[in-house]
Amino acid sequence: MENTNQALGLLFQFYQSLLVVLLAPLLTGWVNQCRAWLQNRSGPGLLQPYRTLRKLFHKDAVMAFNASPLFRATPYILFGCMWLAAAIIPIIAVNLPFSPAADVIALVGVFALARVFIALAAMDIGTAFGTLGARREMLVSFLAEPALLMVLFTASLISHSTQLPRIVEALALQQFVLYPSLAFAGLAFVIVLLAENARIPVDNPGTHLELTMIHEAMILEYSARHLALVEWASSLKLFAYISIGIALFVPYGIADVGNWGALPLAIVALLVKLALAGAALALLETLLAKMRIFRAPEFMGTAFLLAVLGLLIHFLLGA
Amino acid sequence: MGCAEFIQSGAEGLHPSYTKHITMPITHPNLRLSKLPSAIPAWSGEIASDDLQPVCQNVQDGGGRLVALWGSDARFPLPNPLPQAGEGANESLRESQVDGFVLHVVLVNEAGLICLSVPLPADQPNYPDISRIFPAANRMQRAAYDLLGIYAHEGHDHRKWLRHAAWHGGSFPLRKDFDAVQSRTDEPDSYPFVQVEGQGVHEIAVGPVHAGIIEPGHFRFSVVGEKTLRLEERFGYKHKGIEKRFETMSVQQGAKLAGRVSGDSTVAYAWAYAMAAESIAAVTPPDRSLWLRALFLERERIANHLGDLGYLGNDVALSFGFAQFWILKEQVLRNNAKLFGHRYLMDKVIPGGVTVDLAESGKQVLLEECAMLEREASVLRGIYDEHAGVQDRFIGAGRIEPKLAAQLGLCGLAGRASAQSWDARVQFPCAPYDKLDVQMATYRNGDVAARVIVRFDELFESLRLQREIMVHLVHGDDLAIPLEKLPAHGFGVGMVEGWRGEVLVATHTDAQGNLTRVHPHDPSWQNWPVLEHAVIGNIVPDFPLINKSFNLSYSGQDL
Repeated sequence: MENTNQALGLLFQFYQSLLVVLLAPLLTGWVNQCRAWLQNRSGPGLLQPYRTLRKLFHKDAVMAFNASPLFRATPYILFGCMWLAAAIIPIIAVNLPFSPAADVIALVGVFALARVFIALAAMDIGTAFGTLGARREMLVSFLAEPALLMVLFTASLISHSTQLPRIVEALALQQFVLYPSLAFAGLAFVIVLLAENARIPVDNPGTHLELTMIHEAMILEYSARHLALVEWASSLKLFAYISIGIALFVPYGIADVGNWGALPLAIVALLVKLALAGAALALLETLLAKMRIFRAPEFMGTAFLLAVLGLLIHFLLGA
Repeated sequence: MGCAEFIQSGAEGLHPSYTKHITMPITHPNLRLSKLPSAIPAWSGEIASDDLQPVCQNVQDGGGRLVALWGSDARFPLPNPLPQAGEGANESLRESQVDGFVLHVVLVNEAGLICLSVPLPADQPNYPDISRIFPAANRMQRAAYDLLGIYAHEGHDHRKWLRHAAWHGGSFPLRKDFDAVQSRTDEPDSYPFVQVEGQGVHEIAVGPVHAGIIEPGHFRFSVVGEKTLRLEERFGYKHKGIEKRFETMSVQQGAKLAGRVSGDSTVAYAWAYAMAAESIAAVTPPDRSLWLRALFLERERIANHLGDLGYLGNDVALSFGFAQFWILKEQVLRNNAKLFGHRYLMDKVIPGGVTVDLAESGKQVLLEECAMLEREASVLRGIYDEHAGVQDRFIGAGRIEPKLAAQLGLCGLAGRASAQSWDARVQFPCAPYDKLDVQMATYRNGDVAARVIVRFDELFESLRLQREIMVHLVHGDDLAIPLEKLPAHGFGVGMVEGWRGEVLVATHTDAQGNLTRVHPHDPSWQNWPVLEHAVIGNIVPDFPLINKSFNLSYSGQDL
């Protein structure tokens, strides 16, 4: 019995890992398509990110002469980190065997690890834009990180665990309760999501103006397969963040491991939730303009404040 | 030396007499101006190089500005070309006494254009620097040296401007004896940028190759953190020898080239060129063609303003505004193609008239388009005005105070956003603008928001003008009068208020009536240096927005 469960768990884990890595570009394509629709454009279609990836993988890579092995290795590290993060978040089933390997704090650490490498790689080749981008990325992320931790703490106070599966279990599989603290945490989380994924109003993923870039400035020197991996990693990161959001705030419909019957429903529920989240993101990006870079700290401060409020409300109301 | 005193005494001595002569734009004991037969008020006259500074100072004191500066090669044909032809005609030459180079300076005050020609000796073609009076002259003087070898002595900046590494420093492409093959060079290009020093100061070099598909230009930022301490521009990457090319062209061929100096202002350039040629030939095109020219010019303004308003939305990541404005611009361009045969109206204005007519059915299309644009643009203006995020980016960014704008000679649309109320359609209304009563749009704040407001105001004014032109446009006239050949030794100027600012074309003809020198002048010459001031103290990521709010031409000034 123990063995079958373990085997099943591994199978679930395998499927989820495969699913996220294949599905992530589709989510990016969906967000872009929604943005196009909202702006009266026809848009490139849902599959455009896959076409871009295929094109990039078929190109010859160009490296800066002075690039060190760090620059070359970073796309793989980045891709690995993001895939790991996306794979251990319980999105279709709760008790995945890899999940206990990293709790929410470690998850934040995985994101931080990827960030350190991309920033180092950006400075490695010594162009003005790489350094500019790295500097701005650090400005935004050092404020986003504590806000994200606060959000996760609020959720873990409810479930008395920093393990994501425990949190999801507590919220989804037990009695349905409305937590006011989570509403504040949810708002804070949206802000962090926008900042961490280089979305409007903090960054503009579609810009060609090199002086305004944050994330794009760091990857200007990448080409071909390296750029493909970086882009894919960005898709995975967005997928991972939206998954965390779903896991923390709307985990309903998730399946227990071994519960094959609940699986189809869980997958359908996941797709619907991702589609809604993607459309909401596109709407937000259409309505907002990019803020001046020095407004970003205020914006992040708001996120932190909201998350702390959530925490306080939990202690005051016990919910 | 004694030069500064001379300027002082000259200016003081002249100023009182200025008010007495209302018809003459300026007076000076050594300057005799004669009126040019142009559609706009323009005078020309010759002065000695010693009198250049006092006259410029006089104009500047009276609130006038520098419009253009260029040089021409008027040396007597040396060894080989035209052995006899020059002899007999020499007597009637206006520039016949000159055996050397001529510096041309066009100034403007409220009376009109003042075209000064300054003869310079062939062996030492030097003239006194005027960039201390008109800062905008700096780059024009440097370009004149690169192209013709005429030198502004006493100047403080003698770095090259248009010359990169295509020809070597001792040869000058606009001299008649220039040999393109001999002058070729492989020397590496070097250019000393001004260095800013201090703790934490570093440079960001941007361009000439950019991440997006835009024109090439190099921008050197000296920054501390995100704050811009200094910006220095370097252009000339699009130098393609337009002025040299004009020399071998006929009048009608030249019209095509003039329309391609800066593609987004093709109507303005073609009209200014036609105006200069018509001024030399002393002919007036048919009435109907003038109305059609105004229609084309306003449509060019409408299309460009719509496009810019979209770009300004895009630069603050409001892609919604970008998409909406470009849908509108596309509609204008498609109607252009449908009614006139070209999306950007290239080659529709020629010396002598226009090449295309507007049918009665076309009027209906344009009136419907006007109504649609007015409706849609009003809605979009409301969205821009009320969008907190957009306004936060626009307001206060890239501010040029009116005082600084006046000092630097900021002109055109950007000038009007900084309270510089110059609009050739209003001050010097050539036909048919004399019947249109154009309302000038001005604003005082001089920031990105002000330039957006002026764009919106001008857009709606141009739509109103387009309706009015429809009313005046009656059938009957010819579209053009034939103009194949120009009189000998002619000089003419044309100036048109393009969407970006005043576009000037000056034309000289030789003893055979062929084009010997054509100088197209873009308002970007005046406005690029002001952009360097506009970004000081702003943060680096605001530069693209500020730059776009000026939207200056690279091609138009690299020539």
